[in-house]
Amino acid sequence: MKTIHLVKVFFTVVLLIVIYSCKNEVKQNEITNQASTEIVSESQKGQAFINDESSTPNVLQIAIKSPDHTTLVAAVQAAGLENVLVNAGPLMVFAPTNAAFDALAPGTVETLLKPENKEQLATILKHHVTAGNYDKSFLKKFKKIGQADDTNVTVEVIGEDVYVGGAKIIASIKAGNGIVHVVDKVILPTSNQ
Amino acid sequence: MKKYRFQLLSLFGAVILLTSCGNNNGNNKSRGALNSSAAEKVYVAPGEHDEFYAFMSGGYSGNLTVYGLPSGRMFKEIPVFSQFPTSGYGYSEETKPMLETSHGFVPWDDSHHPDISQTNGELDGRWIFINGNNTPRIARISLTTFETEEIIEIPNSAGNHSSSFVTENSEYVVAGTRFSVPIPQRDMPINEYKGNFQGALSFISVDPKHGHMDIKFQIIMPGFNYDLSHPGRGKSHGWFFFTTYNTEEANSLQEVNSSQNDKDFIAAINWKKVEEYVNQGGGTKVPANYVHNVYDETTHMATSTMKKEVLTVNPLDIPGAVFFLPTPKSPHGCDVDPSGQYIIGNGKLSADLTVHSFDNMIAAIEGKKFDGEAYGIPILKFEDVLAGTVKSGGLGPLHTEFDGKGNAYTTFFISSEVVKWKLGTWEVIDRKPTYYSVGHLMIPGGNSRKPFGKYLVALNKITKDRYLPVGPEMEHSAQIYDISGEKMELLYDFPTHGEPHYAAGIPAELLAPKSKKIYRLDENKHPYAVTSPDQARVERKGKEVHIYMSTIRSHFTPDNIEGVKVGDKVYFHITNHEQDFDVPHGFAMIGQNTSELLIMPGQTKSSLWEPKKVGVWPFYCTDFCSALHQEMQGYVRVSPANSDIELSWSLGGD
Repeated sequence: MKTIHLVKVFFTVVLLIVIYSCKNEVKQNEITNQASTEIVSESQKGQAFINDESSTPNVLQIAIKSPDHTTLVAAVQAAGLENVLVNAGPLMVFAPTNAAFDALAPGTVETLLKPENKEQLATILKHHVTAGNYDKSFLKKFKKIGQADDTNVTVEVIGEDVYVGGAKIIASIKAGNGIVHVVDKVILPTSNQ
Repeated sequence: MKKYRFQLLSLFGAVILLTSCGNNNGNNKSRGALNSSAAEKVYVAPGEHDEFYAFMSGGYSGNLTVYGLPSGRMFKEIPVFSQFPTSGYGYSEETKPMLETSHGFVPWDDSHHPDISQTNGELDGRWIFINGNNTPRIARISLTTFETEEIIEIPNSAGNHSSSFVTENSEYVVAGTRFSVPIPQRDMPINEYKGNFQGALSFISVDPKHGHMDIKFQIIMPGFNYDLSHPGRGKSHGWFFFTTYNTEEANSLQEVNSSQNDKDFIAAINWKKVEEYVNQGGGTKVPANYVHNVYDETTHMATSTMKKEVLTVNPLDIPGAVFFLPTPKSPHGCDVDPSGQYIIGNGKLSADLTVHSFDNMIAAIEGKKFDGEAYGIPILKFEDVLAGTVKSGGLGPLHTEFDGKGNAYTTFFISSEVVKWKLGTWEVIDRKPTYYSVGHLMIPGGNSRKPFGKYLVALNKITKDRYLPVGPEMEHSAQIYDISGEKMELLYDFPTHGEPHYAAGIPAELLAPKSKKIYRLDENKHPYAVTSPDQARVERKGKEVHIYMSTIRSHFTPDNIEGVKVGDKVYFHITNHEQDFDVPHGFAMIGQNTSELLIMPGQTKSSLWEPKKVGVWPFYCTDFCSALHQEMQGYVRVSPANSDIELSWSLGGD
C-alpha cells in the first residue's frame, strides 16, 4: 500500500510543479528539460536499462549488486559498456575487486575515469571479458583465451588455483548471460599478446 | 521495483510538464520521431504503396515473409518448407510432394538466406531462392505468383547454411554445408571425424528460362564448417567465397574446440574453372538419393522425383581452382563489395573486420606465394591478400552490406550496433545502436553490383521490451534506418515473423507490375479440373471417390452428395471458377484430418477426407467470398461400409 501512497504524493507534487512551472517558465523549464533529456539520452537506452526482476541476474547486475566491485561498476559506466555486458553473449567476465583496483599505481583509476580516456578504459575493461561461459575447472583446459579487446590472456593452473592473465580467480558466480569470475588483480593488456 | 516506479513517475511528470506548458520549442529533439521527420519518412498514406519489397526469411517458421519498406507492413507469408494451413500448402494433394525428401515427408525446415535472381550482377526480380538449413534443400519462389515453385534436396550436405546465394547472372545458386559429414554417409565412430568427414559445396545450375534447378557439381572439401558465402562480381565474377570455421576439425564442444586457431579460412573457389573441368567430362558420378520437387503452374500440381546420382569433384584434381585465405577469429559473414574487389570476413569473436583484396589474391596466386597447404589446398599468405582491417571498436561482427556509394555497413551482435565504414580507407564514419543484438542486415540490392542505398534494415535476434509484452515467446524486432545521409538515422521499429536471418529487398517497381492477379481457367491443365459446372461429377474407383467440384459465388457444384461409405477415401477436387482478382474460395469438411484449402481464381486444389462415421456431414467455404458466403455450403451423406446406396450428386435439387 506504500506504493499507492507514494503515487498519490507524487501526483500532488507533479501537479504542484506543473502549476509552479507555468508561472515561472524560464527557471522551471530548464530543470525539466534537463530531466527529460537524461531519461531518453542514447546512453540510457538499451537492454541494460530494462526492468526485469524475474530473470537470473546478468553479469552487469551481479557486479552492480556486489559491494566489492563499486570501482569496476563505475568504470563500466564511465566507459559506456553497460549494454555490452547484458548481451546474450555468452560472456565470461573477470571482475577485479575494489582492492585490486586500489593496488594499481596511485591516480591510475582516477585518470582512466576521465572522459578523455574513455576509449583506453573501454579497452582495458574489454580485456576482462571473453565471449564464452566456462566454469573455473573447465578453464583449466585452456592455455589462453581470446578477449573482447582482440588480445589473448594466458590461463595458468597452480595447484587448485586458476590464474587468468596473472590474476587469481577467488570466487565465481553464475550469471543469466554467462559467468563472473572474481579476480584479485586488474589484468592489464601487454603489448606482446 | 520501487526505484523503477519512481523513475516512471518522474518520466510521467516530465511528460505532463512538457505537454502542459507546450512551449519547449527546439529543446527536445531527443524525444525522437514526434519532433523529427522520421515519422514522415516511414509514413505510407492509406492506399499508397511502399517503395521497396523486403523478403524476410522466416527461420524456424520455414517460410518467407514479404514486407514493405519503409512502412514495415507485412503483406504475405509465402509457405516454402513448412506446411501452411492458411492456404493448404503441404496439406493439399497437389502440394504434398513439395515437402518430400529422401527422408520421407518433412513438414518443416529452418529457412535462412533469401537471394533474388540477378542478371549482369543486378537484381532482375524473376525468382527468389532460399535455403532449408535442417534437411538441406534449396527452394525457388516465383516473383510473379509469389509461390514456391521448386525445391531441390542437397545430398552429402548437413546444415545447409552457406546458401542460397546466386552468381551474377544466376548461372548457379550455391549451397554449402555447415556440418561436415562422412561422404558417402556410413556407420563410423564420431571421434574419427578428423580427416574422414568432408564438406560439400554444391553448385546448382538455374535454367535461364524456367529457373529449373539441377545440381551441376559438388566440390568435396576438407571437413571444416562452411558458414556463409557470397559470389564474386564484376572483376571477381567466376569466383565464390565461403567462410569456414572449425578448421580444427573438432567433433565435440565446438564452442571451445573450434576457437583454438587464431585464423580460419575464407575458401576462394574459381567455379568457372570447375565448370570447365566438369564440361570436359571431369568429376566422378557417385550414387546418392535426393529429391527434386517441381510445381507446375498450369497443372497446379507438384511432382516429386528421386534422383540417384550426383557429380562430385575433388578440388585437388583441378589445380588453381581452390585456395584458402587465412581470416581471423571464426569468421561468420562473407561479403563481397559491389565492385567485386573486396571480400569481407566478419570474425565473430573479434572486434575487427578483415578485408581481403581480390587483386592481391590473384597476384599472390600468380606469384605462387603460398603459406603451406591444408589437405593439398594451397593457403595464401594473410599479409599478401589483406587489403585492410576495420578497427571498429564494436564487438562480435557478423554481416556486412553495401550502399553502392563506397560505404559498408556491418552488424555487431554483442555490442548491438550497426557500424558504417568506408571502403578503401577503412575508417569508421558512424555507428548506431540496434535493439537488440543484431544478426543480419539488409540494404535492398546490398549484395549485388547495384545496391539501392536508401534504407537499411537491422534484423535483431533479441526483442525483450521493444513491444507490448506477450509472454516469454515473441516475434523478433527489426529497425529501419535512413542511410541516405552521412549519418544513419533510426526511423522505425517493427516486429518480424519467425526468426529472420537474411533478407532481400528490391524496388517495388521491378515486381509490382508483373504480379499475377488470377490464374486463367482456360489454361488450367489440372487432370481433375472442371472448366464448366456441367462437368462436375462424382466417380468411384473401388474405395476411392473422386469429387470433381467447382465453385463460384456463392455455391459449390455439386453441393449434395450421397453414396459415400465409411472407409472410403474421398478426394475433393475443387476448381475455383472465379476470374476476378482476389476472390478465392475456401473449402473445409467437418472432421477432416488435414487443413482447409484456399483456392485462387482459376486454380484447382484437392483435399483428402476419410469419413469414419455414418451421418450427413457438412462442408463450407472458409473465405468470406461474398455477401452470400454464409450460404456457400453443402452436405455429404456417409452410409455404412456395406450400404448399397448408389453414388449421386446434385445442386438445387436437379
